[in-house]
Amino acid sequence: MSAQLDAIKLSNAQIAWRAAQDIEDGAYVNLGIGFPEMIAKFQPEGRDVIYHTENGVLGFGAAPAEGEEDWDLINAGKKAVTLKPSAAFFHHADSFAMVRGGHLDLAVLGAYQVAENGDLANWSTGKGGVPAVGGAMDLVHGARRVAVVTDHVTRKGEPKLVQRCSMPLTGLACVTRIYTSLAVVDIENGHFVLREKLLQISFDDLQAVTGAELKVEGDFADLAVPEL
Amino acid sequence: MDKTIVSPAAAVADIGDGATVMIGGFGGSGAPVELIHALVDAGPRNLTVVNNNAGNGHVGLAALIEQGQVARLICSFPRSTDPKVFTDLYFAGKIELEIVPQGTLAERIRAGGAGIPAFYTPTSYGTELAEGKPVAEFDGRHYVQERWLKADFALIKAELGDPLGNLTYRMAALNFNPLMAMAAEKTIAQVSRIVPAGSIDPEHVVTPGIFVDGVVEISEPKQEEVLNREGAVYP
Repeated sequence: MSAQLDAIKLSNAQIAWRAAQDIEDGAYVNLGIGFPEMIAKFQPEGRDVIYHTENGVLGFGAAPAEGEEDWDLINAGKKAVTLKPSAAFFHHADSFAMVRGGHLDLAVLGAYQVAENGDLANWSTGKGGVPAVGGAMDLVHGARRVAVVTDHVTRKGEPKLVQRCSMPLTGLACVTRIYTSLAVVDIENGHFVLREKLLQISFDDLQAVTGAELKVEGDFADLAVPEL
Repeated sequence: MDKTIVSPAAAVADIGDGATVMIGGFGGSGAPVELIHALVDAGPRNLTVVNNNAGNGHVGLAALIEQGQVARLICSFPRSTDPKVFTDLYFAGKIELEIVPQGTLAERIRAGGAGIPAFYTPTSYGTELAEGKPVAEFDGRHYVQERWLKADFALIKAELGDPLGNLTYRMAALNFNPLMAMAAEKTIAQVSRIVPAGSIDPEHVVTPGIFVDGVVEISEPKQEEVLNREGAVYP
């Protein structure tokens, strides 16, 4: 099964592309470190999206050319960024007032596990290592919508969409939508609701690699993403 | 009144063994590298340090940790591109770590500076980082009680400073610096330039001088990221 899945599943760039299509014009958005940052590259033309980074910038843009970095102008991943017109700087307490105060329209994070009740585990595997939480626990409480981008299964083929998270939680009942390598799934009233799936996978096969019931309300659409 | 201090060494001279020291910056951005290196030279030990991170490479906070001067670190994200110094001491049981969600860390520091001993936040509710903390329900949602955070000293980095301690900052180097300035008994700011009183437009002052005890000029401050790319090691 997992070899078949590897053959059809979306790349991280394609998952990021799909997530970018849902970000509306004028939205204030925080993209988590790593994979979620890629979403900004696929922002559809004609939409003005204002990106927030925890370390105190609204309205940052792409990375500068090599050699042009200013290390006082970085994002939460400590990477050099540039400014778009109308950018703003602020200190950390104001930055997290934007987060917890409900001023962000969307936060997109990665995940180890997401449960059908919206619980998210994404900061610690619970297996030792140095614990590091950063802003994840703040981001899941405050943004009006909290989305996750993730592979549908782990490298070992185990479901990442589960009934209850077994790993340490980042937040309770906080995730509203999941973009995976196989499907787009909403969380509504404590259930996974299938919105889109790849044409190449049957509903039954998708259910088989999902750790909790995938509900269908009305119809679901094909998850169609360009080659990237 | 003149809060000008002549050298980084003089600026950190009062920091003794066992002190709690807030150090500004987010990664290298806004990190007072020269003040930290002066603290390495001065050599106080058994410090509790509050910073967002745990150092990177072998300069700045990583150098202070590498010298064994930090007994306890309060931070949100002890990872970096080169976290070996902290990681090795952590697994050797030689440094204590308190992990605090980043927004909670910022607000605890702000509260410390603002005279608010505790507050409630939705952050960490239901997670292991909330264990042992009081929880209360407000308007149908659960919140975790967090305590203020204060320090004996804050070492911060700013752009312009005047002799009264009024400060401006450069770009995203703001981050934790204005908060830490408020939360310490004694706040020392390294600035790129000390300008005469009256030359910072009052409308541009970010940290008013009331929060600042000492200002030391470091005219061409080193960036941690640049030092690391050069493979620098301190001392």
